Amino acid sequence: MTLADAQIAPPEPPRHVMFWRRYKRNRAAVLGLVLFAVVVLMALSAGVIDPGDPLRRAGEPLTPPFVNWQTPLGTDQLGRDVMSGVFYGARISLLIGVVATLVAIVIGVVIGALAGYFGGWVDDLLMRITEAFQTIPNFVLLLALVAIMGSKIEWITLAIGIVSWTAPARMVRAEFMSLRGREFVDAARNLGVSNTSIIFREILPNALPPIVVYASVIMALSILMESALAFLALGDPNYASWGNMIGQGRAVLRSAPYCAVIPGIAIIFTVLSFSLLGEGLNDALNPRQKK
Amino acid sequence: MTLRMPPILIYALRRLLQAIPVVVLIMIGTFLLLKLAPGDTVDALVGDMGGADAAFIARLRAEYGLDQPIWVQLWRYMTKLATFDFGWSFVYEQPVSTVLMDRLGTTLLLMAASLSIAFTAGITLGAIAARRAYSVTDNLISILGLVFYATPSFFLSLMLMLVFSVKLGWLPVGGIKTIAAFYTGWDHVWDVARHLIMPTAALSLIYLAFYLRLMRASVMEVADLDYVRTARAKGAREGRLMIHHIMRNALLPVITLLGLQFSTVLGGSIVVETIFTLPGLGQLAYQSVVQRDMNTLMGIIFLCAIIVVVVNFLTDLLYARLDSRIELA
Repeated sequence: MTLADAQIAPPEPPRHVMFWRRYKRNRAAVLGLVLFAVVVLMALSAGVIDPGDPLRRAGEPLTPPFVNWQTPLGTDQLGRDVMSGVFYGARISLLIGVVATLVAIVIGVVIGALAGYFGGWVDDLLMRITEAFQTIPNFVLLLALVAIMGSKIEWITLAIGIVSWTAPARMVRAEFMSLRGREFVDAARNLGVSNTSIIFREILPNALPPIVVYASVIMALSILMESALAFLALGDPNYASWGNMIGQGRAVLRSAPYCAVIPGIAIIFTVLSFSLLGEGLNDALNPRQKK
Repeated sequence: MTLRMPPILIYALRRLLQAIPVVVLIMIGTFLLLKLAPGDTVDALVGDMGGADAAFIARLRAEYGLDQPIWVQLWRYMTKLATFDFGWSFVYEQPVSTVLMDRLGTTLLLMAASLSIAFTAGITLGAIAARRAYSVTDNLISILGLVFYATPSFFLSLMLMLVFSVKLGWLPVGGIKTIAAFYTGWDHVWDVARHLIMPTAALSLIYLAFYLRLMRASVMEVADLDYVRTARAKGAREGRLMIHHIMRNALLPVITLLGLQFSTVLGGSIVVETIFTLPGLGQLAYQSVVQRDMNTLMGIIFLCAIIVVVVNFLTDLLYARLDSRIELA
């Protein structure tokens, strides 16, 4: 950019306006945002619009969808309202997705930052641990953790976080390794800023954009893992979960396939919304990246 | 002493040495998990016998070395693991390694089938999408990829069952072979293949989506490089250009992903094998969680880890062979 360009260029609009402009250029990402909003609305309105506990009998067992307005999406073999289950399931899926992603990102950031910043034996040790975690199949480790810690929802969420941190750790490490030699880090070090401050205040904000994008992937994977656990009847039985609904719908697959199909579609749309969101975030946060 | 070794061998040896600390860490990890799990071997034994008095339990603990300091126990456990001795399964009343070896074949067959289908279809569709970038074909393929990626394998399995077994009645719902048929020769092969169609499809589609997206990006990147333009200027036909010039280089990142994802595929086989009642490692993992057979579960973890290490080693070698830019020595 030449000096003349810089003078003619209008003042840049605020950051969030730029962000939104870049984001909405990707039409699929806007669709993802809409889907995501629908899922969030379902999670928030569970119990408000649709009456009743999803685990309680709401009508005649195996009422097909669109027959009885008390239970618009039908009931399962125990007479539980499918629509209510889908709404409450959205709440559980999002909750587990968000918390497990936070756990994974926090572990990943700490390990990746330490390894990338200090290098040397710290890096060697932490990277071998990361590789060990990557080598054990995620879902097998998740099963083992659930077998040991039990099926309470808090433990399941924690366990999903524990099996998902390796990819963000590697990303953070790579970012830190490329950033730690930059001038602003040297400047901060010469000013006597402590290592902790350099890591979390100086380098981390610069390393975050790819992590934010990747968070959407972890979120999608966490929701898939939770639903798979619930499908295998290893989830928390005290909460309605899409995976669990599909698992129970399996028993009536022949006579009432809608019991499994409806929550399945809910999972597909939710995971799809996260993938599309991630692409949009990538366009908006890393505009320099080649398309 | 200078031993002249081909560089590929030195490279292989170095990769093997690098894998050792990872395997040791996994051994320590499984030991910790076993210790964290409620109950130990003696509890399982005593439970099996229906109870025993305290003195007998203490003597059993001493016999199994469970009264030793934790370091001694860890060392013993690791030396046993190193010889693939995973202990005794109190559910199957057999050594864990025997149970595992019985199941390994089915899982490897399912893995091999799923990964080859995912890989072949993924790179083909990805290459087609990249060559017609931003066209209707590309959009269709990309949407298909996104949907495959978002569909959980257990849901896909149920839908396949609903269509092909319940409605159409074409394919068997589960198992690895028709039990009472006693097929031999080609009939047997055909029978097993028919049983594997749905599980393979259910397991491969999500990975197909991964390979598709990576291949599309990779082909688009390579197609812009100078040497491709040179080849085109030289008069190479599009087909030849694609297969001889672009594909070879575009495949490299996809092969890396193939190695990296092998462990995820092994994890995914738990759900698929359980649904289709395939007698493999995945189904065994699920059963051992339900039946609290921790020795078997840890055996599976360790065996899976070894398989993943071996597969990664092989993909590294393949990669080194394909990409001559990698310095071996």
